[in-house]
Amino acid sequence: MSDTLLAVQSVSKHFGGFTALSEVSVDIRRGERFGLIGPNGSGKTTLINCISGALRNDSGAIRFEEREISRLPAYQRTRLGIARSFQLPRPFSSMSVLENLVVPLEYVVHRGSLHTADTHREAMEILRSIGLADKAQTLASRLTQVELRKLELARAMAARPRLLISDEAMAGLSSAEVDEILAILFRLNEAGITIIMIEHIMHAVMRFSQRVMCLDAGRIICEGTPAQTVANADVQRAYLGT
Amino acid sequence: MSTGTVRFLIGAAIFLALAYGLTRLVSNEYVFFALYVVLQFIVLATAWNILGGYAGYVNFGSGAFFAVGAYTGVALYKALATPILLQVVAGAFVSGLLGLAVGALSLRLRGIFFSIATVAVAIVLETVVVNTPYLGGAKGLPILRPEPPALFHSYLEWTFFLMAMLAVLAVFCARYVETSWIGRGLRAIRDNEGAAECSGVPTLKLKLFAATLSGALMGAAGAPFALYLSFIEPTSVFNLNYAVSALAMPIIGGMSHWIGPVIGAVLLGTVQQLVTVTISSELNVLVVGVLLVLFVVGAPDGILGLVRKLRRPKAASAAGAAA
Repeated sequence: MSDTLLAVQSVSKHFGGFTALSEVSVDIRRGERFGLIGPNGSGKTTLINCISGALRNDSGAIRFEEREISRLPAYQRTRLGIARSFQLPRPFSSMSVLENLVVPLEYVVHRGSLHTADTHREAMEILRSIGLADKAQTLASRLTQVELRKLELARAMAARPRLLISDEAMAGLSSAEVDEILAILFRLNEAGITIIMIEHIMHAVMRFSQRVMCLDAGRIICEGTPAQTVANADVQRAYLGT
Repeated sequence: MSTGTVRFLIGAAIFLALAYGLTRLVSNEYVFFALYVVLQFIVLATAWNILGGYAGYVNFGSGAFFAVGAYTGVALYKALATPILLQVVAGAFVSGLLGLAVGALSLRLRGIFFSIATVAVAIVLETVVVNTPYLGGAKGLPILRPEPPALFHSYLEWTFFLMAMLAVLAVFCARYVETSWIGRGLRAIRDNEGAAECSGVPTLKLKLFAATLSGALMGAAGAPFALYLSFIEPTSVFNLNYAVSALAMPIIGGMSHWIGPVIGAVLLGTVQQLVTVTISSELNVLVVGVLLVLFVVGAPDGILGLVRKLRRPKAASAAGAAA
């Protein structure tokens, strides 16, 4: 078994004349905590959209466990083990919190063999681990911002991913809430899930990531340990603004 | 089989027995003429709700699916004098194919753009029929009814009973979809298609399935139409009234449960019949329009939503206070 879980190889993506991603290559290792930073519009979300299947890359290859996935529809990538949370929460708002988790459980984990009781028990376990158990029967449309962020993560976890992509799960949260989400992500990582984190809250990225990559205008300008990245002159100019 | 399904099947059997009993007891043909229309609307509203209510893809072209079923039936009857059951199967099949094609439109068109495309489909198909002499063109085609089967006094009674069976079939299909994993996937699509796909829901496959099933049921509802009226012409089968009623009934009844479209169809279908008889046939369209506006503004979750609110006034107000 190779050490690389996800290999992004010279991936480019254009929107009309605009180059959103230009020859981006990166290997994500099994069990890694990987941070993705960069100014707004630098291509972070485009990159994870290409990885998760919401967008198709124009050129290059994306390999997950050595399998080329860049032409697979998103739902199949989820079934292979790539789950994501959305920057702006996208709950199934007509369903209860519990039911939100039942969707991936039914469509990814328990396809074909449906035992409602088991599915509900598993959904409850995930909700307990993320601190939403008391909201299980609440309609998703009635949740607060923090709860919605947690629901995004919980729903991604319910798909039993091997790679979890967290897209700005902490934007706009208080520092106590940021710590709470960080703790959840650390726990998931300890359980063996590889995590890519996109985040603007620098201290959170620095604390969480083993490796950080900075994008600017669709190009990789730096990749290394958090300390190396912060010290990099290009990163300071393009993103940190010193 | 779950106890709910058993209860549903028993209810359906009793309903069909009552429908058949009615054909034995009542001799006034008008009763069946009117009830046929109500039953036909149960099928149309239920079929519309599978795509529009569960998946959130609003179809404004129900008239086209209905008409395709009707004209498929007519063509078969004219060419081969096929029995009506075969016409229903063929109408469902061809309309199902049309549903599949319309479902494929959802690949690129969402929301209002999808709805506009369904209107266009209806207009194109009406033009095709108007310019096809074999189907009677614009002036229509009189159809001679065959002898009724042995169990019925008249052919109208038989079409009435057939439509009752189709209504049961449509509601059975809708109920199955709603209570299975398919229904949850469709609701996920309605709530957020991108998130549904990322949760492992094969959104395109489910939309194609829902559109095909919805179209097939509408086509089945249309197939007996020519033999029911002994006449068919494009303006009546492509009538906007079918499209409006098919979406107004689920909205008024409630879209979240299979019983909603049934309630809406029975209520609105009956009111329409009464207004047609007592006041005017023009006014019944107005009735649908006014009721639709009232419900969309006052009770967006339909009659089902109202009933739920009345049943749990405390829970609702507590939740309202919390929010």
